[in-house]
Amino acid sequence: MGLQAYLTLAAVLFTIGLFGVVTRRNTIGILLGIELMLNAVNINLVAFARFQGNIAGMVFTIFTICITVAEVALGLAIVILIFRVRRTVIADHLDLLRG
Amino acid sequence: MSLEPIAFWGLAAILLASALAVVLTKNLFHSVLYLALALVGTAGIFLTLDAEFLAAVQILLYAGGVVTIAVFAIVVTERLVGQRITQTSRHLGSALVAAGLLLVILLTFIGRVGWVPLYPFPSAAIADITRLIGLAVLSHWVLPFELLAVLFLAALLGAIYFARPDE
Repeated sequence: MGLQAYLTLAAVLFTIGLFGVVTRRNTIGILLGIELMLNAVNINLVAFARFQGNIAGMVFTIFTICITVAEVALGLAIVILIFRVRRTVIADHLDLLRG
Repeated sequence: MSLEPIAFWGLAAILLASALAVVLTKNLFHSVLYLALALVGTAGIFLTLDAEFLAAVQILLYAGGVVTIAVFAIVVTERLVGQRITQTSRHLGSALVAAGLLLVILLTFIGRVGWVPLYPFPSAAIADITRLIGLAVLSHWVLPFELLAVLFLAALLGAIYFARPDE
């Protein structure tokens, strides 16, 4: 398979993730959409590393996977904290900073 | 060799179908399960790119870690059975337009990538990719690797701090 096939797959996956981030009202659902988008980026990195013969892309992928896991752990901890304070995880109800 | 396109298109179909299910299904818990399927499908895509080590990392950290944490968050914030777990979506039309426009732009750029010179790995090096990753991480990229450990410690402490019980 050529590089273009992988890039197209990643582009479609990224767009689906963006759609999820914009449309979801539940904070956890938004985080799942972000996961999909980061996953698409990883596919791009690995595909370029494989087809350019440069191992750096795969090393970057390890770093992004690890950082994403840390990000999700923190994000969900914040979601739990928000739920404890506001009793809701719906993003539209979190309008404390609205003027 | 003819098996490779079949594996790629099969995995791509599973990946895209489960990704669509993640953003469209009503039940948040089902959403997480479809996300696990999508992450395993991505690990399969990594396998077709000869990156076995990355596929293992993907399954261990993403499908093992992220999905477990997400299920815990749902259990804490929702009831697993009943009506509260259903989630609604909003702005479907405008989101579809925005995502579609982005997709068109991305595909236009990908269509121009043909002139980029490609230097694929020599076939002798493909079996050695895991070894090459290990050498690269612990030689040239050793400083980011150590910083990653600091980041994990900070994330661990932060998560405990945020989710601690009230005094």
